Amino acid sequence: MLRYVLRRLGLAVITVVGIVVIVFGVTHILPGNPAVVQVGGYANAATLKAVEQQMGVNRPLSAQFWAYLDQLAHGSLGTSFTTGHSVVSDLLQRLPVTVELAVAATIIATIVGVPLGLLAGLREGRLPDWLGRVAAIVGTSIPLYWLGLVLIVVFYVIWHVAPAPSGEVNAFVTMPPTYTHFLVLDSLLAGDWSTFADALGHLALPAITLAVVETAPLLKITRSATLDVVHSDFVRTARAYGLPPLQILREDILRNVATQVLTSLGIVFGYLLGGSILVERIFSWPGMGLYAWNAVTTTTVQAIQGYILTVGLIYVILNLGVDLLYAVVDPRIRFGDSHVQRRPRRRAGVSMRRLVAVRETESTGAV
Amino acid sequence: MTALIDIELPGGKPPSVPGVAGTRRARLAAELRAYPNLFVGGALLLVLCSLVVWGQVAPPYNPLAVSGTNQLMPPSAAHWFGTDQFGRDVFSRVLAGVGEDLVIGILVAALALAVGSTIGLFSGYLGGRVDDVVMRAVDMMMSFPSFLLALAIAVVLGNNVRNVVVAVAVAYTPYIVRLTRSTVLSARNADYVLGARAVGASRSRVMTLHVLPNTIGPALVQAFLMAGWAVLDVSGLSFLGVGIQPPSPELGVQIADGAGYITTGQWWVSVFPGLAIVMVVLTVNFLGDYVGEKLRGRG
Repeated sequence: MLRYVLRRLGLAVITVVGIVVIVFGVTHILPGNPAVVQVGGYANAATLKAVEQQMGVNRPLSAQFWAYLDQLAHGSLGTSFTTGHSVVSDLLQRLPVTVELAVAATIIATIVGVPLGLLAGLREGRLPDWLGRVAAIVGTSIPLYWLGLVLIVVFYVIWHVAPAPSGEVNAFVTMPPTYTHFLVLDSLLAGDWSTFADALGHLALPAITLAVVETAPLLKITRSATLDVVHSDFVRTARAYGLPPLQILREDILRNVATQVLTSLGIVFGYLLGGSILVERIFSWPGMGLYAWNAVTTTTVQAIQGYILTVGLIYVILNLGVDLLYAVVDPRIRFGDSHVQRRPRRRAGVSMRRLVAVRETESTGAV
Repeated sequence: MTALIDIELPGGKPPSVPGVAGTRRARLAAELRAYPNLFVGGALLLVLCSLVVWGQVAPPYNPLAVSGTNQLMPPSAAHWFGTDQFGRDVFSRVLAGVGEDLVIGILVAALALAVGSTIGLFSGYLGGRVDDVVMRAVDMMMSFPSFLLALAIAVVLGNNVRNVVVAVAVAYTPYIVRLTRSTVLSARNADYVLGARAVGASRSRVMTLHVLPNTIGPALVQAFLMAGWAVLDVSGLSFLGVGIQPPSPELGVQIADGAGYITTGQWWVSVFPGLAIVMVVLTVNFLGDYVGEKLRGRG
């Protein structure tokens, strides 16, 4: 177990280094001049030169990279010239807002996607399976940002049941004291019911938007995990012994599906953080995504860099957590018992990393 | 791709209808009955193609022609999908946009496939240090959501069609690399490869003429599906303002154009282009589902 944890930690560290290299590389090595991006195409040569000097982009690449590492080592991501604050404090302030949205979406997606996927897998080839597969295909075909707009049209413009897409709460609502940085929880803890209701109302549409798109991969993963288990030797053996179907479902199928679903949830959650930039832009949701969008429209390179680095870090931490969790729930990994059949049918030997490509699962199946 | 589709399936799902040896038309009909996803995908593809041709040959209006008098008109007989804030006909713009997004999706997929399968082939076949370096790089690139990676690259490269295609293709390439590499690894010691090597075929000959044709299948399917993701991601980038720029009729640009009018009730400017995106991606996903099912049946 210890060896596994250490190896996994080592891998995570290497990946973090790689992320730093990529974030640096994307902004410095690619044929584009950050100084030109900063001052715009119409600035005169002297201004450009001055900005280049100030940003240090005319120095050798190695020196720039060293300076960037030095900055990171001091826990700084630079200063955003649009907000005037340090990028780190900007992002930290907005992180809980984004996480709250992503958690809400994940809860909805899990409640809907997992039972449907389970049902589809258990009734392979029959109506629930077909409906599940069609739902998954449709769910992965909808542009997230457009879905948000449609929901606004239906629930705000036509039916007037949802609040205006104006952020977390109405402007005149009294803000509860900060306990957890999650507004819905804070207002609940403060016993402020009107703020709680308002916050929940504002959270509903963006969370549903993200959830619709996330339900599809979750449904696919659950379905294929269920299929794997249903077709496994141990379930066949259990059936051959004549165990009651409900007992097989509870003790063999659900347990084995649960481990896979649990671990894929982490990845789906990380994926949400990427999609949140679009949803936050539409609902003016004041999280990291909206911050990044503002940075994109004002080409604040430092802020964009910081945002992407942060999401990459969260992604790595989630992956790490997922793999460790997987070891906790699956003793076969914990004890490194590699010859034990881990994923029965057709997926045998395919590593957990494959789930990272949420979209990839099921699309090609056997490799 | 066709070679993959036409593979006969001994004892597979139930496509082997009696009289399979019949005419081509009968076989196609049997296939469509056995695979509803092929039926739906094929039908959608036909509709899409005719829409694109319509848009190129004889659109009702010029998709770029602005009009000072017809701004934000709701859908009507004259303007089926209404007009946008510049008085442009949304239906004509959707026709043009579908064509543009299809081409972009295919370009992205082709680029990612060409680069990714080449790297994956070398990485898997040569192994050793090359493989280590490539796989580390791939791991790192895959530790971002691909949309954000594309966003970062697009921001730096600047806004034009070519740069957006490159940005999204770069973000997708690691998926193809990983997939190609894993199939190459399993083929590297196959009998036909050993045979070719035994008769003295050079390494490049073995790689290009023996390994590549036998391992490209899964990557082809993946690239096919990527054309669908590319439409979603490119239009998403355009929606954020870092992709294709107005006044292009690209569908994400159109949705962004209309986003400001959503809360005031002029829904048609955004809703119809979005429906078109859904249709394009649905087509790809249904056909991809069919091909994936066929490929799985073989294993």
